[in-house]
Amino acid sequence: MKLTPEEQDMLDGKHGKAVRKSMEILTTLGEIFEAECMVDVCSVQVAGVSYANLGEAGLEFLSEMAEDGKVKVLTTLNPAGMDRENWQALGIDEEFAKNQIRVIDAFAKMGIITTCSCTPYLIGNVPHFGQHVAWAESSAVCYANSVIGARTNREGGPSALASALTGKTPKYGYHIDENRHVQVLVKVNAQVKGTDGFGVLGKAIGDRLIKLGKNIPFIAGIPSATVEELKSFCASIATYGGTALFHMEGITPEFDRYPKPNGNVFEINQEDLKKARSELVDDGLEVDFVSIGCPQASIYEIEKIANLLKGKKVKKEFWITTARPIKRIADEAGYSKIIEDAGAKFAADTCCVVAPIKGHFKGMMVDSAKACYYGRATNKFKVKIGTIEECVEEAVK
Amino acid sequence: MKLNGRRIYKGVAEGEAIVTKDGISFYGGVDPDTGKVVEVGHELEGQTITGKILVFPTGKGSTVGSYTLYRMKKNNTAPAAIVNRQIDTIIAVGCIISEIPCVDKIDVNEIKTGQRIVVNGSEGTVEVK
Repeated sequence: MKLTPEEQDMLDGKHGKAVRKSMEILTTLGEIFEAECMVDVCSVQVAGVSYANLGEAGLEFLSEMAEDGKVKVLTTLNPAGMDRENWQALGIDEEFAKNQIRVIDAFAKMGIITTCSCTPYLIGNVPHFGQHVAWAESSAVCYANSVIGARTNREGGPSALASALTGKTPKYGYHIDENRHVQVLVKVNAQVKGTDGFGVLGKAIGDRLIKLGKNIPFIAGIPSATVEELKSFCASIATYGGTALFHMEGITPEFDRYPKPNGNVFEINQEDLKKARSELVDDGLEVDFVSIGCPQASIYEIEKIANLLKGKKVKKEFWITTARPIKRIADEAGYSKIIEDAGAKFAADTCCVVAPIKGHFKGMMVDSAKACYYGRATNKFKVKIGTIEECVEEAVK
Repeated sequence: MKLNGRRIYKGVAEGEAIVTKDGISFYGGVDPDTGKVVEVGHELEGQTITGKILVFPTGKGSTVGSYTLYRMKKNNTAPAAIVNRQIDTIIAVGCIISEIPCVDKIDVNEIKTGQRIVVNGSEGTVEVK
């Protein structure tokens, strides 16, 4: 791998210990994936924040990096295992809370903005078309590459941190034009609507991509999609298909940029969606937990929930997971009061995927296909997908 | 016998080989406090990898595995070196942050459990004694 004199100095330890370790990570990955050189990044999203996943060792590594490491570019943080202000009301134990704060403090010491959000693009970490970034968090990676047209590989926690502390990433994979070409054509012959509907579509396509061993689909037949629908779709297709980039006709910025392969077409019709949806509803489910905000809820989704909950009382545990800056907007707009008066709870800084809530509930209803996957895998919940309206109905029933 | 591979992380280690044909997930698959493989049904289930040269085809599982390897190094339960057929990001990053010598692109079928081997992570070689 060819390094500039400055990059070589970083690797040689002339910029401190954390930068040396970071460059070791980046050059090694670069050599494994046969990158010719580094590329400068303008934005980083770091994952690996929940203490439940990091443990004491992860925390020790972060503390060591924080001794002399400082971010070179705008860097935001993935969700933590709890709401930093409201953790007690959400049933998080004190020992966990103490350790989670230590993790967040280590990130803060490095100059990372501790937003604790999986939707950096909703809270000010927004690259523009064509920019190189180093993002972890599979749903955000997919959104950045596909919806924004920025360029990132699927980073893990340590490699994203290494990019934050150096401002560099090895130039391979999705940073290079030829690796962003369409591999398979998908024709959607069905009506797709709502965050749940786009999540179901993401699963239907993702499952097929895994079977075909293909990564980059060109999706035709979707006349329009909202930011929230795309957010849900990205999370789902990344979860079920491992997809980091898709092109969607008339919607994503690079849809017309690359040649289409001959053959390699599959269709998604109403029946396929029905089947995918039925796979996101478990038999014998009794809902005792409703959660909206996977990926974390936008202000528009919160407004919608507030309108649906106005004057009602929830009878089941109901969480809205969102980024703290979005929660603040909801506070100012008066939505938070309506939602909390109805007995629903905000869980800011976190989400139902990373919070340590295994054993707290049995049956979870969500509007997110990704949340279904992790609800089953990590928390052993029975799950059910529905529209936001159906989720609210279930909560007040 | 000397096998030539690719250097992943520098350093030289000599030890007893422990070889498996199964992939390894350090997160959830290995107990970082005891150094034992705990994944149910794994070829090495119940065996200790501490201080040995761990030889396996490739890594699998959660990216948190890099941190598990780091925790093993701090607990003195880590393997002395790692040899892979094909490195993956999780194992590579784990070796770098934990400073464990590591080599890949090695035909792992050439190595048998119990053999004494020397891993040279700086040169990318594995010597079977």
